[in-house]
Amino acid sequence: MPDHRAQPETIFSRRALIRLGAGSMLIAATPLPAFATPDDVKAAQQELFGSRVIREGRVTLKLPAIAENGYSVPFSVEVDSTMTADDHVRQIAIFSPRNPIANVALFQLGPRAGRAAVATRIRLGGTQAVQAVAEMNDGSLWSGSAQTVVTLAACVVL
Amino acid sequence: MKRRSPALAIAALLAACTPSPTTDADLPAADIQSGYAFLTAETQAMQNDSFANPGFLWVDLGSDLFESAADGAPSCVSCHSEGLAGVAATYPAIDEASGDLLNVEGRINRCRIRHQNLPALAYEGGELLALTAFIANQSAGTPISVSTTGASASHYRNGRDYFYTRRGQFNLSCHQCHDQNWGKRLRGDTISQGHGNGFPAYRLEWQTLGSLQRRIRDCDSGVRAEPKAFGDPAYIDLELYLSSRASGLEMESPAIRR
Amino acid sequence: MASIRLSVPQTARKGEVIELKALIQHPMESGYRRGSRGEQIPRNIITRFECLYDGEIVFSADFHPAIAADPFLTFYTRAVRSGTLAFRWTDQHGEMWSDTAALTVT
Repeated sequence: MPDHRAQPETIFSRRALIRLGAGSMLIAATPLPAFATPDDVKAAQQELFGSRVIREGRVTLKLPAIAENGYSVPFSVEVDSTMTADDHVRQIAIFSPRNPIANVALFQLGPRAGRAAVATRIRLGGTQAVQAVAEMNDGSLWSGSAQTVVTLAACVVL
Repeated sequence: MKRRSPALAIAALLAACTPSPTTDADLPAADIQSGYAFLTAETQAMQNDSFANPGFLWVDLGSDLFESAADGAPSCVSCHSEGLAGVAATYPAIDEASGDLLNVEGRINRCRIRHQNLPALAYEGGELLALTAFIANQSAGTPISVSTTGASASHYRNGRDYFYTRRGQFNLSCHQCHDQNWGKRLRGDTISQGHGNGFPAYRLEWQTLGSLQRRIRDCDSGVRAEPKAFGDPAYIDLELYLSSRASGLEMESPAIRR
Repeated sequence: MASIRLSVPQTARKGEVIELKALIQHPMESGYRRGSRGEQIPRNIITRFECLYDGEIVFSADFHPAIAADPFLTFYTRAVRSGTLAFRWTDQHGEMWSDTAALTVT
């Protein structure tokens, strides 16, 4: 099974160190999770899909308008597809432009799935628009996104 | 020069420190609302679905533990063959044999020591949480009804005093937030009434299931007061007061809370 | 001792699309949290989930640390024939947990 998990994150933290230059000593001493940027999402997408064009549409994401707690945010994604042998979703990739890591999850489907819909709970490190990219059996790529506000708890126990 | 009598000074000092709850500030029965009412629709849906609610993972484990016998010790079910429906809704309660006030965790450990010859389980450990979740879930839907008279009376008074006493660097009492300011916003949250009817609860903040004792310790930390040890008698007394204050509210364990 | 909870219908009509829910107890330690002494708590997550229908993978997922603790999934499959649905989780160290459910298709 191809391991497409590890790479984006190691490239990312090396880039962060190079960017910070003199500050890299401090980072090495007390490593803080630098957060991803939309550029890191693009890099993660390239890693998975190469330089193929990603079109907006067919993909619907649902996130609550306000997340009760960033540690567990209910999330669902659905792709408009008949899910037959001739027209189906091969995989759906979820990306975060603000978490420490741009990759959130990768779902592999196929015609046996019957319905291209998945729901789960994800962690979000701050207010952001989560993005999903669906790869169809003909190789075309479609995307959708949804915004959620992640707030701070009332009595923060530090 | 006239000097005030030391007795008068001490009395004045005591009067200033001892909380005196007034009935008009207490939570009127008609206003009582579960913490469920203060959750977003998505979180309520998560609590309602027993396959999405992670608290049920502990209930399942507790069910297995309840029925299994460890090293020759009798299993819980060998005595409690009918199960324990409705029991958790009457806790904390006085243990007849010792006169101690016990919460559900305390009762589980007392049973283990007394009837099963097994050691007590630690708070927040997987086993005690699982058993507590299982037993509390057997009272889901049952209105809370605890005794505050007789041997429980002094414990009730202690618990009520704790609830009304200011503490911590923020110098806040439970009463100020949860009786006087519930429904108002504090940062991104809406302040709830502070009932324990959903506990043990899966708190999103903890990313796991936890006891009411753990929640109370978080409350103390939240106002920057030093939390007491798990199972401290002051906390058991407070649990009794909280249960009495929530009289009639249905139990919801395992609830989802923020 | 990871507790698992599955929601699988007992019966389904042939060709019907059924909803499946799978919940497993796991802290999904992200690797970004710090302990009480400031030490970084090492990453410990489930990285792979697979649902097999009579031995054939019909749905699978790769998890990153952003998947919340006690990972939960709702997904779908077509009820093609009576058989066994197997649910399998594997963590970053290769440790595996699984459970099965029988499905009767009429």
